[in-house]
Amino acid sequence: MAQAPALPRGFELPLKQRLPRIGSIDQVAVEARAGELAKRSIKKEAKVWALELALRCCDLTTLEGQDTPGKVAALCSKAIRPDPSDPNIPSVAAVCVYPNLIPAAKERLAGSSVKIASVATYFPSGQAPLDVKLRDVEDAVALGADEIDMVIDRGAFLSGRYAKVFDEIVKVKEACGEAHLKVILEVAELGTYDNVRRASLLAMAAGADFIKTSTGKLPGAATLPVQLVMLEAIRDVHDETGRKVGMKPAGGIRTSKNAIQYLVQVHETLGADWLTPDLYRIGASSLVNDILMQLRKERTGRYQSKDYFTVD
Amino acid sequence: MTEVEKRQDRSPVPTGWTYAPAPESTEIVKLRERYGLYVGGEWLDAAEHFTTISPRDESPLAEVGQASEADVQNAVAAARDAFQSWSRRPGSERAKYMFRIARILAERAREFAVLESLNGGKPIKESRDVDIPLAAAHFFYYAGWADKLEYAFPNRTPKPLGVAGQIIPWNFPLLMLSWKIAPALAAGNTVVLKPAETTPLTALLFCDVLRQAELPPGVVNIVTGDGRTGAALVDSEIDKIAFTGSTDVGKAIQRRLAGTDKRLTLELGGKAANIVFDDCAIDQAVEGIVNGIYFNQGHVCCAGSRLFVQESIYEPVIEKLKQRMATLRVGDPLDKNTDVGAINSREQLTRIEELVQAGKDEGAEIYQPPCTLPEKGYWFAPTVFTNVAQSYRIAQEEIFGPVLSVLTFRTPDEAVEKANNTPYGLSAGVWTEKGSRILWMAQRLRAGVVWANTFNRFDPTSPFGGYKESGFGREGGLHGMEPYLEFDE
Repeated sequence: MAQAPALPRGFELPLKQRLPRIGSIDQVAVEARAGELAKRSIKKEAKVWALELALRCCDLTTLEGQDTPGKVAALCSKAIRPDPSDPNIPSVAAVCVYPNLIPAAKERLAGSSVKIASVATYFPSGQAPLDVKLRDVEDAVALGADEIDMVIDRGAFLSGRYAKVFDEIVKVKEACGEAHLKVILEVAELGTYDNVRRASLLAMAAGADFIKTSTGKLPGAATLPVQLVMLEAIRDVHDETGRKVGMKPAGGIRTSKNAIQYLVQVHETLGADWLTPDLYRIGASSLVNDILMQLRKERTGRYQSKDYFTVD
Repeated sequence: MTEVEKRQDRSPVPTGWTYAPAPESTEIVKLRERYGLYVGGEWLDAAEHFTTISPRDESPLAEVGQASEADVQNAVAAARDAFQSWSRRPGSERAKYMFRIARILAERAREFAVLESLNGGKPIKESRDVDIPLAAAHFFYYAGWADKLEYAFPNRTPKPLGVAGQIIPWNFPLLMLSWKIAPALAAGNTVVLKPAETTPLTALLFCDVLRQAELPPGVVNIVTGDGRTGAALVDSEIDKIAFTGSTDVGKAIQRRLAGTDKRLTLELGGKAANIVFDDCAIDQAVEGIVNGIYFNQGHVCCAGSRLFVQESIYEPVIEKLKQRMATLRVGDPLDKNTDVGAINSREQLTRIEELVQAGKDEGAEIYQPPCTLPEKGYWFAPTVFTNVAQSYRIAQEEIFGPVLSVLTFRTPDEAVEKANNTPYGLSAGVWTEKGSRILWMAQRLRAGVVWANTFNRFDPTSPFGGYKESGFGREGGLHGMEPYLEFDE
């Protein structure tokens, strides 16, 4: 018999004559597939195209207790113009900061295409009463955030209170208003691919515009198999409903090579439609300079030392 | 039109990002213009030659000897001579040579991988990641048994048979060579091996490895040629024949050997059932279906060529399968991003085309993803047939190409009944997240290998072989030693 797992309240996809099905993930097979895709050989113009895309998809991030307006302003300048020596290099998609730093970012980014993303909902743990989380979101939006990166309540999720997780996302989405909502699953705390899939579907059903792997505060953040599981969930939602939800891996993506592996996965799982900053983001801080280094190498044929790329 | 078909205009084909060609260089392979026969550690000239080509563009690669009856007898005599001393060497001595061969294969892996793809048409990523590493692994594994035979078969006094005649197919040339040669040598036999007519080159390059490893002359002899050479080998003074290939030829060999004291193991065709239950991990099952039938262009005797899908998830499985097929990259076998390479020969392509036509004529629905096939060479697009009845030829006969027939079932009993309803019995696949169901199915499927939540996975430690018309005898693992030994009992 087909399995009909207990679904979280409000969690329904139009499944036609089929029984609702969350489904499961085979760990060995999904890791093998991710490994296969990671071996694609991306060369020459295909590589330059991918590097520029990766740059355009970057959410340049700083989420530290020591963040200051000065630090954020410097980061914003980098976001607008990653390589001052080459005007052809595109801006990144967004900067990602704590709510308190939104004004500093807003000032520096005025007039540019770079969006402001702010974490909220008691980032990174999410362990606070709902009204505190909602207030956090409302404040961030009021301060000028274009995008909100929320965290799910992993405590509720892992204890099986899916409805609580779901309801919170719905309310946060309401509080976002026009702002785009990215839902952070914090996969390192979910423990299994089955949970990653379940949380992905739940977040999308509750109204997420993007699903995001990690806060970046834990080791074992984004991995290729985790992204693959999330992309397949996005594909299923799209196939069932026509809705396109975005994907954002975050944490641990530091090299161009690795970033291209993530893009290849998106390309071969969701197709070229998703290869745009509107539907794909990479949360990273140190990745940008490695991309710049690779791009300059493709242009000049030589590698330059890291002192030729600005540290912000 | 069903829901599934309507959704197809949502193009799953990636358009925006074209991967630049990433061809593996062929520089590393140095071919001779003409190859003789490797007999008694020397290259002997053959009276006749034929040209071996690359199926990717039909370009000639080298001239290869057509071994005559006399040549084969020569080779068998050389093997007989060598048997005297080889079989008396201590197991640890034999292992020494085999470990050397394994190491050299691993060291020269890239060279072998490129040549395998060049001569056979399989994607470089498969020859690089599967064929060659596994071939080396077989030598490593059986080298380990060579000095432990009396412990492996306690109280049975294992002894080698003598000279083994070995005939291998074109789908995994070097890997099949190692499946045959490694256990034979570990047991103390000497061999005469005939590679397939269309893919002799890696076997001939392997002779270089034998010399590098300083294997005593005559222990391994390689004779190339067509079916006549194979027939001559079967009729020669050998003690055993090990054959991997088509069921028809296997039957002919068995008839020929009837009434003689020559031993025989056969690894023949298959029409494996890949059974997908509705509680499977669906995306990974789809991946397994693709791997089961499009791996090596479907030139796999254990290919999952009959897909049985439980009716309750038929639609999503087929839809996902078609989406996935559209991302398969068909083309130059030497491109590192190629998923599906060239069909091995004109003859095989004709056979695939004929059976696909039969499928269409019988009323099955065909789907092929849009893909541009190269002009030169032998190509066939990945194909899936739906609406297939058990009685259609495409559900009964082995196609040995990238062609999948989809059937449905309702209950586990029905799945077992339909899966077993074939003259073959080489392999089967079961896809379910339910452990007890895997065991229940494995007990009932009459197939030599039952894969659970995976497909086409091989390991030297694992025995492989068939039921019914898929042959008899096992290769791999400790079981794979037995056909090369006799016991005082």
